[in-house]
Amino acid sequence: MKDATVATTSPALPRPRRARRLDWRGTSSVVGFFLAWQLAVTFSLPGFTDIPTPWEVLVTFVRDFLFSANYWSSWLVSFQRVFLGFFLAQIIGIPLGLFFGTHATFRALVLPVFEMMRPIPPLAWVPLSILFWPTTEASIVFITFIGAFFIITINVFEGVRSIRPEHVWLARSLGAGTLRIFRRIMIPAVVPSIAVGMTLGIAVTWNVVIAAEMIASDSGLGRLTWEGYVSSTPTIVIVGMISIGLAGYLSTMIVDWIESRMMPWKQ
Amino acid sequence: MPTDAAIPVRTTSLLPNRRTWLAALGFAGFILAWYAAVHWSPFAAFNRLPDPFEVVVEWTSSDPYYGISIFTADYYTHIFYSTYRALAAFGLAVLLGVPLGIFMGWKPGVRAYAGSLLSLLRPVPPLAWVPIAILVFPGVEPAVIFVTFLVAFFATTMNTLVGVRAIPQDYYRAAACLGASNRDVLFDVVIPGAMPSIFTGLQIAMGAAWFSLVAGEMIAAQYGLGFLIWESYSLIQYPTIVIGMATLGLVGYLSSAAVRLVGRRLMAWHEQRLGMAG
Amino acid sequence: MTTTASHPPEDLGPRPQTGGLGIANVSKVYDPEGRAVVALDDFSLDVEAGDFVAIVGPSGCGKSTLLNILAGFDTPTSGEVLLDGVPLAGPDLAPRPGPDRVVVFQQGALFPWMTVLGNVTYGLLKQGGVSRREAEARAITLLAESGKLDRIADAYPAQLSSGMQRRVEIIRALINDPRVLLLDEPFRAMDTVNKSTMHRHLLELYSRNRKTIVFITHDLEEALFLADRVIVMTTRPGTLKMDIAVNLPRPRKREMMASDAYLALREKAVFAVSEEAKRAFERGEREMA
Repeated sequence: MKDATVATTSPALPRPRRARRLDWRGTSSVVGFFLAWQLAVTFSLPGFTDIPTPWEVLVTFVRDFLFSANYWSSWLVSFQRVFLGFFLAQIIGIPLGLFFGTHATFRALVLPVFEMMRPIPPLAWVPLSILFWPTTEASIVFITFIGAFFIITINVFEGVRSIRPEHVWLARSLGAGTLRIFRRIMIPAVVPSIAVGMTLGIAVTWNVVIAAEMIASDSGLGRLTWEGYVSSTPTIVIVGMISIGLAGYLSTMIVDWIESRMMPWKQ
Repeated sequence: MPTDAAIPVRTTSLLPNRRTWLAALGFAGFILAWYAAVHWSPFAAFNRLPDPFEVVVEWTSSDPYYGISIFTADYYTHIFYSTYRALAAFGLAVLLGVPLGIFMGWKPGVRAYAGSLLSLLRPVPPLAWVPIAILVFPGVEPAVIFVTFLVAFFATTMNTLVGVRAIPQDYYRAAACLGASNRDVLFDVVIPGAMPSIFTGLQIAMGAAWFSLVAGEMIAAQYGLGFLIWESYSLIQYPTIVIGMATLGLVGYLSSAAVRLVGRRLMAWHEQRLGMAG
Repeated sequence: MTTTASHPPEDLGPRPQTGGLGIANVSKVYDPEGRAVVALDDFSLDVEAGDFVAIVGPSGCGKSTLLNILAGFDTPTSGEVLLDGVPLAGPDLAPRPGPDRVVVFQQGALFPWMTVLGNVTYGLLKQGGVSRREAEARAITLLAESGKLDRIADAYPAQLSSGMQRRVEIIRALINDPRVLLLDEPFRAMDTVNKSTMHRHLLELYSRNRKTIVFITHDLEEALFLADRVIVMTTRPGTLKMDIAVNLPRPRKREMMASDAYLALREKAVFAVSEEAKRAFERGEREMA
């Protein structure tokens, strides 16, 4: 029998170097986009005859909007509507989702009606909402609420459904009371679903607010954009769009931050 | 709050018969509550709304008061316009979004280029594109379809991308071992592997398309269910508002169900897996 | 009976013509964010055609890295690998996986969207030169020989038990007549009973159709039971620590595991591996799967 034995020693590990490379491919495609836009206007391509160039937009923005109180109050108004509707949807949707998940009878009674209303696009509610609510503000917040409400409820419901009954039975057999089960099993299982619902919900909510403002309001970023359209000032329209995009991006970051607080264990 | 009987139990624990009865009861309760709110509540806000019976009578009348019912041609014209717009936008989104998503998921190079651009454009709510779209496109029709397309496109691309990324590396390696070429890998691993996610994305895209379409129609179109709803409101034809909403819900649901059905057909293998796990 | 470096098993018949592996001074260095991580350090091994070699070692010792290089999924930083004298992998050669060395994967990599038949015939069809009908006929024959698996030819992998899935995956590999069969901890997730069935099955296949087999595992008993040689690797950076010749006669039987010869071998192997594991632990290595 012949065996071979070899031993080695490990080399010393060098100190870590942090390398940060510029994402030149991504940057180049973004630059390319703006370039294409500029060229489309410069060469008066069909459809682009009335569109301003990126530079014109920037100039107009700095000149007319950056320091205008009106502009920033539009931001505030839209943000308020978004987050009010959003949080109302949480307050009502989360308990409802929990109920759906835990009470079979309640679910059999109410879920069919809920599911029947879910496919109706939120904006289809606008006329009823205007009819019903005394103020424009309330009607817009209601639409926002509808947008996020269904998503959040469904996500929470799914979260509860994903809890394996064995876990609950085990907890009970170990003597856990109802409240304890709620805190220790339900909440951790549901928190990620709430997070998903929030992320999806915020995107939808922004869409809804903008459209609702365009249709039925006299303030907010959506209205700003629409007025630009109505007054045939495409520059304002584009400023409005970019503002809305930025606002949406900001909201997503806020929601992400809230999520990271809710779930500190997630990477 | 959870009670003893409320251990998270799956729906199948209630006998189907019982469930149907309860569902019917739930609907009846809903109708009753609606009726009561309109006629018996002290709030003027509710009193203004149409009650369920008005709506149903109008909807099924052969000579509707406001001109829209299942017996009028106009009703179907509106449905047709909305449906064709939704399908056109959806179809385009699938045609462009799925291949793009596949290549973005598969090839890091494509992802680097396209990813930044998409991230830039994604946060802009698609409906904010409506005014610009109307200016750029030669008419309202293409503009509305474009905006609807955008929403569906993002949803499709993102979900496809995620689906491709989720394919475990071992499948690629196994295929390579067995002699697959690059093209083989695309058709034998990437596409089938991403299918479940693609179809989830398609369902989301379908729902998103309807959502966006209605807004577009309310803002700027002639004909279509969104337009119908808005016009009925302006002309104070309230029962028709609800008819429009209900039709929208129905058509939206049916189109999502159709996508789901196609998905099930194409992915018999996935169903088996779910069956096993169930 | 003469003793040589690798004990020639008695009833296995002649060695195959192809499948000799020469691993010469292979090193693999990873460079994530500027920190040089040496996964393999100057690893050398010669495998004769038809040998059944098992590779064991503590977690993170580089077993999988070695397999990836052999399979063609990765290139060595230095050194080279020769298959029947032809360079297969080297720092300047592009990684080239192929049906001459097929891998059976740890987590199982049967394509879930193809039936068993589709999976098994995949390699033959992709390489061309065989009609679909012939490929299917061959597949059915092989499946039938492996415990009447032809009955499940139209099933999808998700419908099969893990034992059946593994068997199908092995058949999917063998039908291509590879020169080397590479197995990456294929039975890791299985329970004892299933595992022994798989061992029996694998040895049966080996005796019927002798091929070079490289079998990575962390289970020492499995390694000693299956292989002709058990290679013990050091902890990271991985290199060859010990080459244990397993002189147990074939066909291997469960009862052999109670014999003195086996116990002595196991003692030796356990000692070597635990020495490395201890060293890794003391160095504060993170346990990696």
